[in-house]
Amino acid sequence: MQKLFPVKAYRNYIFVWVVLLFLTFVTWRVSFVPLGLMNVTVAMLIASLKASLVALFFMHLRYENKLVWAFALLPLGFLSLIIMGTLVDVLTR
Amino acid sequence: MPDEHLQHGESPETVFAAAKLGLWTFLATEILLFGGLFTAYIVFRLRYPDLFHAQYQNLNRTLGLVNTLILITSSLTMALGIAAIRRGRQWMSRVCITLTILFALGFLGVKYVEWTEDFSRGLFPGTNMFFSLYFMMTGLHGLHVFAGISVLIVILVMSCQGRFSEQYATPVEITGLYWHFVDLVWIYLFPLLYLVG
Repeated sequence: MQKLFPVKAYRNYIFVWVVLLFLTFVTWRVSFVPLGLMNVTVAMLIASLKASLVALFFMHLRYENKLVWAFALLPLGFLSLIIMGTLVDVLTR
Repeated sequence: MPDEHLQHGESPETVFAAAKLGLWTFLATEILLFGGLFTAYIVFRLRYPDLFHAQYQNLNRTLGLVNTLILITSSLTMALGIAAIRRGRQWMSRVCITLTILFALGFLGVKYVEWTEDFSRGLFPGTNMFFSLYFMMTGLHGLHVFAGISVLIVILVMSCQGRFSEQYATPVEITGLYWHFVDLVWIYLFPLLYLVG
């Protein structure tokens, strides 16, 4: 029987996990340093980096076809539309 | 045994791809469910920056960190459990799924300690806008963790019955997708609620 999925080495997952723990610790440490607006920027950049690692490696998005990618990214596009549309309304009232 | 899962003479590849796509579709609706709360958070944070700055300091940043580490580790054990069953290693897969359930229970345990502390200090969902959002967002996420634990227990029982093999492990795979999504939501909740004032 043909392989349904790529069998990945356990150490790949452990490496991603170590990077995730490291990034979590970094974002926690940085939160104690007052950087003004940069605090939010750094926290969101690190969160997005962590989210990408989880999606690409743990959820195997790396090995998925374009259709699955579309289903993963389209709701993010809709969410940004919702947020932008709401802000345009709220901020200009 | 795997043949019972096939319908209409479709290939196992098609059936597996359809199951995964179905779960990704469900996750799309989940993103929009949490998205409403994230939108509310952004709107009220922009409107009441001082309130948010004063209130977020009431949260225990260390417990937030501990819970993030627990949930990320539970994602690792889930991924390893899937990698194990892909190799046909039944016992390692069962051990990994059990560890995932234990970490998830640990996460809820820490959450319980935090909420108890909040309540004892008079911080309730109705206290102010920050705590309304905090309880709503962590509460909805906690419900997802609880649902994840329930599904993982079913998966563990099925695994112990010998229902999965290197040829067929679709329920384990898609439960894993859902579990990683629960981790993803927390990856954003942790900095938004605990780290940025």
